[in-house]
Amino acid sequence: MSQTAPALRVVLAKVGLDGHDRGIKVVARGLRDAGMHVIYAGLWQTPEAVVRTVADEDAQWLGLSLLSGAHLTLVPRILDLLRKAGLENVQVMVGGIIPEPDIPRLLEIGVARVFGPGTPLSEIVEFLRERGGAVHA
Amino acid sequence: MATVTDRTAHDRWEREAAVAPSREIPPTTVSSVAVDALYTPESLNGFDPEVDLGYPGQYPFARGIHATMYRSRLWTMRQFAGFGTARQTNERFRFLLDKGQTGLSTAFDLPTLMGLDSDDPRCIGEVGRLGVAVDTLDDMRQLFDGIDLSKISVSMTINAPAIVILAFFLANAEDHGVDWKDLRGTLQNDILKEFHAQNEFVFPPEPSVRLVADVIEFCTNHVPQWNTVSISGYHIREAGSTAVQELAFTLADGFHYVETCLARGMDVDSFAPRLSFFFNAHNDIFEEIAKYRAARVLWAEALRDHYLAKKEASWKLRFHAQTAGCSLQDKQPEVNLIRVAYQALAAALGGCQSLHTNSLDETLALPSEHAVTLALRTQQVLAYETGVTNTVDPVGGSYFVEALTKQMEEGARNYFDRIEDLGGMVPALEAGFFRREIADAAFTYQREVDAKYKLVVGVNAFPEADEKPIETLAIDDHVEKEQVAALRQVKSERDPARVQKALDEVQRTAATSNNLMPALLEAARTRCTVGEIMHAMESVFGRYDGAAKW
Repeated sequence: MSQTAPALRVVLAKVGLDGHDRGIKVVARGLRDAGMHVIYAGLWQTPEAVVRTVADEDAQWLGLSLLSGAHLTLVPRILDLLRKAGLENVQVMVGGIIPEPDIPRLLEIGVARVFGPGTPLSEIVEFLRERGGAVHA
Repeated sequence: MATVTDRTAHDRWEREAAVAPSREIPPTTVSSVAVDALYTPESLNGFDPEVDLGYPGQYPFARGIHATMYRSRLWTMRQFAGFGTARQTNERFRFLLDKGQTGLSTAFDLPTLMGLDSDDPRCIGEVGRLGVAVDTLDDMRQLFDGIDLSKISVSMTINAPAIVILAFFLANAEDHGVDWKDLRGTLQNDILKEFHAQNEFVFPPEPSVRLVADVIEFCTNHVPQWNTVSISGYHIREAGSTAVQELAFTLADGFHYVETCLARGMDVDSFAPRLSFFFNAHNDIFEEIAKYRAARVLWAEALRDHYLAKKEASWKLRFHAQTAGCSLQDKQPEVNLIRVAYQALAAALGGCQSLHTNSLDETLALPSEHAVTLALRTQQVLAYETGVTNTVDPVGGSYFVEALTKQMEEGARNYFDRIEDLGGMVPALEAGFFRREIADAAFTYQREVDAKYKLVVGVNAFPEADEKPIETLAIDDHVEKEQVAALRQVKSERDPARVQKALDEVQRTAATSNNLMPALLEAARTRCTVGEIMHAMESVFGRYDGAAKW
């Protein structure tokens, strides 16, 4: 674990009406234990609110959790809002229940990675460390 | 002749056990409770079969709540179902009844669960995806079209707007000439576990519990066969709790509802017999059996000795079980069939009254027809081919099961004390006690799986390199359009003056301590929507977001 690099800043959020937060809270704790700076924005976030939090927290990563089936409506909206806010360098990852056929679509529109339900925490940590943070001009 | 109490045999066993190969990780239950290599009569010091075990159908009901259990009547096979429009769900209901299901269980979509209408901007992308969309009484009518509500029992899984949905259900039954006295079913209506785990709450704790009590009170007087609450541990477990936490928090919630009704001046024996429960059926067979037995014993004890209920029916804990959704995996999904079969076995050995078995594809989507048929067949094989239903409580008297049951009871009692120390249910809830306990357990479990202390077939053990994707149910985007159009139609045809009057009455009544049901029934009949009714109540109760901080 690198002690000299600044901690990655990660915003985690649940968007839409879905209230299943077991996974996102476990991920939040796991990333914190790995030395990252985690802001958990909570439940029922609108796309607008999520993007505001990302901006306010100067986050490098945004992690979204959806188990509601609404991902193809909400995730593109968020990516669009990030772009409009000049936050296109913020990297986005998605977790929850995302059917296989929908994964390529999400990756196409700019999601960096989709993590399925059985993903070990170490895999998420490794992935984030590897990818690092966004570079701001 | 050596017997189990002969020290020679015991000493020999200890010697052999000491040198036998042992596992690297000491064996525990799924909830990380240590499990000994052997359980003997010595494991049950102080156990008195007459007091602690008793007879099925008699206090403390450790062996079951009926004298002959499944020999006389099997558990109800009740598969949770719902998606899309009311018409689509009605079709799935009829499909399941046709396949041999014996009771109905309704899944509502997220907008409905959260008390919002299908045309609310907050609901875009969510309509009909996780359950059926219900906006008005017309949807309720369509949902149960062609189903004789006087003959089939119906469960409805809904919490924050439960009282509203029940009003719709009762109004619909009335429209079809079904006497409320003949209606059988269950309303989940357990708001406390929403604050602990599932997060489908809208109003703050106090008014939310008031609504739960309004349902209990109304049904006690007008819908006598209705199970007014399904006090749930399922969701608490799904959120990551241990078995003991599931047991303790569920019963504590039950105690709080009892106390709320007593505080209204209700007689415990008038409503307690219609309180029901809902537990998870997780992987560890014996831990689950012990949990169900401990639940019956603890509830009976509390109702008889603490709340002084006089009727035996008040002491009996009746429960529905559902196999653990959180145990299902998206890798090698057919393996889920096997998990569900073992979990169903635990529920049957534990004496459940009603059972839902998950479908193998549920980590990926809502169940396909094929998958849900297999899930139902799982119950049918269990019921008719395995022989476990031939005798009551087949595992009763097992040293392991009885020891584990006692341990579970003790663990629950410790939690009851801790909740007391925190000032009771509402203060403990508002202090985040339950959420933190559950989050800690969830994290511990994940750590153990990641470290391979707990193995999950297909995930961290025995993976397959090439997985063939399976076909899953897809919810059409047209559902939302159809539902919104239908809602607009209803809104254009109803009498706006009557609607406003009904909503004003809901708001007015919410601000008093009178039972809301009569006002809600009128609102249902005038075609007020779920969202409009909830909004009227919200203007009095407020909206709660306190629990979103963890």
